[in-house]
Amino acid sequence: MRAGADLIVIGGGLHGLSAALQSARRGLRVVLLEGAFTGRHASGATAAGVRSLARAVEELPLSLEAQAQWEDMTALVGDDCGFHAVGQVQVAMDAEAKARIKARIARLKAAGMHHESWIDPDRLAELVPVMQPGALGAAYVALDGSADPHRTIRAFRAACLEADVEILENRPVTWLGREETHWTVVAGGTSHVAPTIVNAAGAWGRQIARLAGDLLNVGIKNSMMIVTERCEPCLGPVVSAQNRKLSFKQTADGTFLIGGGVQGRLRPDGDSASVDFGALSGAMSTTLALFPWVADLRLVRAWAGMEAATADLLPVIGPSARAPGLIHAFGFSGHGFQLVPSVGRVIADLAETGRTRTDLSAFDPGRLATNRKAA
Amino acid sequence: MIFDTAIIGAGPAGMQAACDLRARELSVIVLDEQPAPGGQIWRGVERNCQPGSELAQRLGAEYRQGAGVARSFRACGADYRPLSRVWQIEETGPDATEQCWQVFVIREGQAEVVEARRVLLAIGAQERPVPFPGWTHPGVMTVGAAQIMLKSGGLLPEGPVWICGAGPLPLLYAHQLRKLGGQIAGFLDTAPRDTVRRGLPHLSGALRDWKSLAKGLAWQAGLRAAGLRRETGVRQLRAEGKDRLERIRWETPEGEKTAPAGVLLIHEGLVPSVHPTLSLQCEHTWSDAQQSLRPVLDAWGETTRRGLFVAGDAAGIDGARAALAKGTLAAVGIARSLDVLSEAKAKQARAAGDRALSKARATRPLLDTLYPAPEGKISDDVIVCRCEELTAGQIRAAAGRGSADPNRVKSETRAGMGPCQGRQCGYTVARLIAEAHDMPRAEVGFHNIRPPLKPVSVGELASLGKAKA
Repeated sequence: MRAGADLIVIGGGLHGLSAALQSARRGLRVVLLEGAFTGRHASGATAAGVRSLARAVEELPLSLEAQAQWEDMTALVGDDCGFHAVGQVQVAMDAEAKARIKARIARLKAAGMHHESWIDPDRLAELVPVMQPGALGAAYVALDGSADPHRTIRAFRAACLEADVEILENRPVTWLGREETHWTVVAGGTSHVAPTIVNAAGAWGRQIARLAGDLLNVGIKNSMMIVTERCEPCLGPVVSAQNRKLSFKQTADGTFLIGGGVQGRLRPDGDSASVDFGALSGAMSTTLALFPWVADLRLVRAWAGMEAATADLLPVIGPSARAPGLIHAFGFSGHGFQLVPSVGRVIADLAETGRTRTDLSAFDPGRLATNRKAA
Repeated sequence: MIFDTAIIGAGPAGMQAACDLRARELSVIVLDEQPAPGGQIWRGVERNCQPGSELAQRLGAEYRQGAGVARSFRACGADYRPLSRVWQIEETGPDATEQCWQVFVIREGQAEVVEARRVLLAIGAQERPVPFPGWTHPGVMTVGAAQIMLKSGGLLPEGPVWICGAGPLPLLYAHQLRKLGGQIAGFLDTAPRDTVRRGLPHLSGALRDWKSLAKGLAWQAGLRAAGLRRETGVRQLRAEGKDRLERIRWETPEGEKTAPAGVLLIHEGLVPSVHPTLSLQCEHTWSDAQQSLRPVLDAWGETTRRGLFVAGDAAGIDGARAALAKGTLAAVGIARSLDVLSEAKAKQARAAGDRALSKARATRPLLDTLYPAPEGKISDDVIVCRCEELTAGQIRAAAGRGSADPNRVKSETRAGMGPCQGRQCGYTVARLIAEAHDMPRAEVGFHNIRPPLKPVSVGELASLGKAKA
């Protein structure tokens, strides 16, 4: 242990790495504690979408800030992280979906945000020629896209090491204690001390909060994904559908990733999730209705990734009301990778100065506080 | 319906267990990928052993023995489903009142779920993948694959073949090939030259099964008498050529040698098929003698997951005769666990099975010593992961960058994420990690196995939902 860290980040997923990196760049001495290895869970199990499309309005300031950061990711981590702005479309498959999308775009425009636009079936067919005709149109964001998850993890990790973040793996946190001005964190048999800690523990964020005496009402999602064999490149944008379980994209390798938030099962140990093929099978109907040729593709792997999810599906970002010196940054189920750079900036603001210019009221941990006292 | 037992695999162990469970009037379903019973060792045994078949004579008495077992199996009353691909196995949720397993199967493009109270994995073994320079060239294949062609209609490789490796299988195949009129360019023996001296301590034990020893010696003598070119102490094999194999190069203690080659068959022993037990998170143990993982089993063949049993070479490489004994033992264990066999009777049946197994295993310590897994350094330019085309150098670099965790190396390099799910690269990656961290191979473990266990198309997956509706 190096004496005198300024900040301890708990969790070596992308949000933890981004917060650690941007804090270290401002001169803080940062220790990052990871229970397994960096990117082991949700960050390595995601389709790595980079999306402002159909985002909750509360998240849009962070989303649009991040959109610009993703366009120049090399400036942040020295690598483009395999990000391609291939665009994202959200298809309307029936009249109700079309009405909802159009209403949303109108609301955004009224609020001065023009990133989403409505495209008619002809334009949709131009953008996604391999899709069956029949959709009534789609919402489209040209600047959205997706990244390469493992390459992104590698790049953030390498940038952290270069910025002198001390990354300690195989260090699951088992105890937290606050003494006047400092936290003591016991992880994997070693203990670490710093005035401020960041809870970026993803699916384990609730447990970390509990160790700090901050009981939060947060659940876990175990979203499933499948990856197919490789094909010739034929699909540009990432395709989702309003009010249907669908997320469909082709990676730079040529494989297709199919997700959409179908839920797997939490294993009895509570520390891992498994695939529910019955549920996954039923969820293939939307994919096959739009892309019937996918039926002949071989499924190479299926998995379920664990991530925390709140009741309002907004993340938990900001200082704990009950535990001074604790900053939460978790609950990003279904959020993809987009917010990583901007949320990391916010956490670095808070870690450095205790304040940020970003309005975090929608993400306030206090909204999830339960009344039970910590045991 | 819920079967008493679902058996996966219709090789020696699966067939024997099916017969024994049916004899105790338990309901049994047998799911197997092949069109006919026999597994790999007795592949095509029904067709090849029809009266007057010359191929059956050439393949030997031990092969012909399979015909009788297949006959009993056909008659035993098990629900036998050939051409059935098992791609996922799950235990039903904690709300179920009685333990039940769900086995996901694809047959004729349709996915379905088979339910059973017990599952027996009799899924055999695979050849140990041994990466060397040029092993991905067309013209290079395994001895096992060549033998499958032999059993599936007597197909011989074109032109003279080089056989390289160590173990009983290359010797047996060379013997069979010669009898069927195939041409052998030469036999490159990769066992270390002091291997016979190292084997001596195991000789007396192996003599309990002197018939097998005599057979192996006869194969060797036959090859010698035929004047076959034979090189011993072979190391650093390379397959070279532009678009396909054109020549091979190797070293012996006398120096480097080269020869033109059209077909090169390699074999460095077998490893148990452990992907299903790994994916079900059963405990496994590392065998130093066989340099491979095997599931931890109790005396009845049950894994660390209740109701899941393993028999045959999937429980450790011991050959067909031992597989029959292991099938019998697993059937006893399953009958006992289903309360159709009293503890006393089960123990009695087990003692007989243990004796048969012990005899069938008599030559195994000698064989494991004579034919150790290759240990030579894998050079940095050799492809290790064929699916993602990763070299040993890339794996070494990733292994050195962080912890000795195969899952970390997998997510960093993608080794093991391709269609073969690490069946080709898993052991090699673990070996390179052990080397980079200077730790025993046994402590490295294996990367997590993601479903499906066998290829499934997206359309087949979708057909599962329709089957349930």
